[in-house]
Amino acid sequence: MSDIADRVKKIVVEHLGVDEDKVVESASFIDDLGADSLDTVELVMAFEEEFGIEIPDDAAETIQTVGDAVSFIKGAV
Amino acid sequence: MFDLTGKTALVTGASGGIGGAIATALHGAGATVALSGTREAPLRELADTLGDRAHVVLANLGDPESVAALPKAAAEAMGGIDVLVNNAGITRDNLFMRMSDDEWAQVMDVNLTSVFKLSRSVLRGMMKARWGRIVNITSVVGSTGNPGQGNYAAAKAGLVGMSKSLAYEVASRGITVNCVAPGFIATPMTDKLTDDQKSKILTQIPAGQMGSPDDIGAAVLYLASPQAGYVTGTTLHVNGGMAMI
Repeated sequence: MSDIADRVKKIVVEHLGVDEDKVVESASFIDDLGADSLDTVELVMAFEEEFGIEIPDDAAETIQTVGDAVSFIKGAV
Repeated sequence: MFDLTGKTALVTGASGGIGGAIATALHGAGATVALSGTREAPLRELADTLGDRAHVVLANLGDPESVAALPKAAAEAMGGIDVLVNNAGITRDNLFMRMSDDEWAQVMDVNLTSVFKLSRSVLRGMMKARWGRIVNITSVVGSTGNPGQGNYAAAKAGLVGMSKSLAYEVASRGITVNCVAPGFIATPMTDKLTDDQKSKILTQIPAGQMGSPDDIGAAVLYLASPQAGYVTGTTLHVNGGMAMI
């Protein structure tokens, strides 16, 4: 796993309090990891801070899975 | 009883009688306060009276740019915003049939829209801290209505619905959102009433007297305190029994 993917995974594990093995690329934050809509806002905030990037609202809406987050961040940093 | 040591509080409209009393109450409980308003002299005077832990942050809440800049300036001065007290408000009273679009819009901008924007802006820090307090100062007329104040009553009632909705969203994050609704409070504004007007008002108040700004300060202090952590989405009416709602 790349460095970015590891860091994303760590944030998701810490924030949602889920098992590390559940945080796979295809995992949906809401459907598979039990996030509510406010959790997804907080995750985006945490990603912005960790990677020093801005994630606009319309882009944030497309980030549904762990893999979505990793690929968006890879494109943004 | 209520200890806000180490907490930071932004109070809008702090140059007014009620805003000053709110800031004084929070500061007295140990909070660092940012005093916001349009007039520098009274804010500076209050800050000097309070001494340490008091900052002046000028803002005109009728100006969108100024609204956007205020939370940043306050957070820079204090290191964050744990407590937001939306107290600033204006009146542009007029009979409904004579009320201009501008009188309506000005009251909405300052009394409702700026509260939405300031609250939205402070949420990020509060969510991260898993602690926050937003207290919106409404008015008894938001519940009862008042002739000549269609705009003001609408904005104040609007704050109640907005506060409840936000309270739902952030309750699980340790953030509470409440309103304090003053009745008749003795301020420089009510000093201008004639004795005749005053006695008429007092017949409507079971307590037989006007409230003091400190009564509002105490109510806000309670809602801002750690002890009020389980109180959210509510309105605390401070009106001497004038409207029991």
